[in-house]
Amino acid sequence: MRSPLGRAMGLGSAKEGLDHWWAQRITAVALVPLSLWFTSAVVGLVGADLETMQNWMSLPLPAILLILLLIATFYHLSLGLQVVIEDYVHTDFAKLGFVVVLRLLCFGIAVAGIFAVVSIAVGGTS
Amino acid sequence: MRSADRPLSPHLQVYRWQLTSVLSILHRAAGIVLGTGTLLLVWWLVAAASGPEAFEGVENFLGSWLGLLLLFGWTVSLFYHLCNGIRHLVWDTGHALDLKSTYLGGWMVVAATAVLTLAAWVIGISRWVS
Repeated sequence: MRSPLGRAMGLGSAKEGLDHWWAQRITAVALVPLSLWFTSAVVGLVGADLETMQNWMSLPLPAILLILLLIATFYHLSLGLQVVIEDYVHTDFAKLGFVVVLRLLCFGIAVAGIFAVVSIAVGGTS
Repeated sequence: MRSADRPLSPHLQVYRWQLTSVLSILHRAAGIVLGTGTLLLVWWLVAAASGPEAFEGVENFLGSWLGLLLLFGWTVSLFYHLCNGIRHLVWDTGHALDLKSTYLGGWMVVAATAVLTLAAWVIGISRWVS
């Protein structure tokens, strides 16, 4: 369906998306070991009190892995929900609005989670 | 030609349910469930950083029937999205895209999701009661 000129100039419906595609795959690969580690760690923490959990999160490895998990999770979530929005919202303005809100929420909630991990790890409140 | 009279594709009502399409839509559904589940994760972390009272609030919620139900749904979604995500990564390399492999991989994902969810909850509950 595409004209030879259009093909040569790279014109078409998909003007972007390669970076999005790669970022989604790279975060997915990172999340395979991270989420397996996380679920086994949480199962190990079942029944633990706050002090036990805080002590666990004060160790370097759990703290670092939790921060990596939060970064990869919210990056991956932002990319994934963006595709859902783009599939179902068909007016440009609303689409843009939803994606902006999504990005801000994902970034904000990720920062909240990372701050919580850091503050426990360096022995903040409580 | 009037476009309004032409059938739209995919015309969902006339398709028979099949494993491949069901798993495909479940992958997206599980992703959305996990998105809301991240709120629970961050609430748990922020409460742990805030002190005993806030943490008790999370623990009471997670120990309630609604909390346990959400946790179970979240666990199933996580293991499903994880296993099916690996299936997607294999497809991205150009492998296992024929009909037989997509069904075999699909059933493997269903089985792995069941085994991982069961294992997590059996170990979790046995730790809870001990």
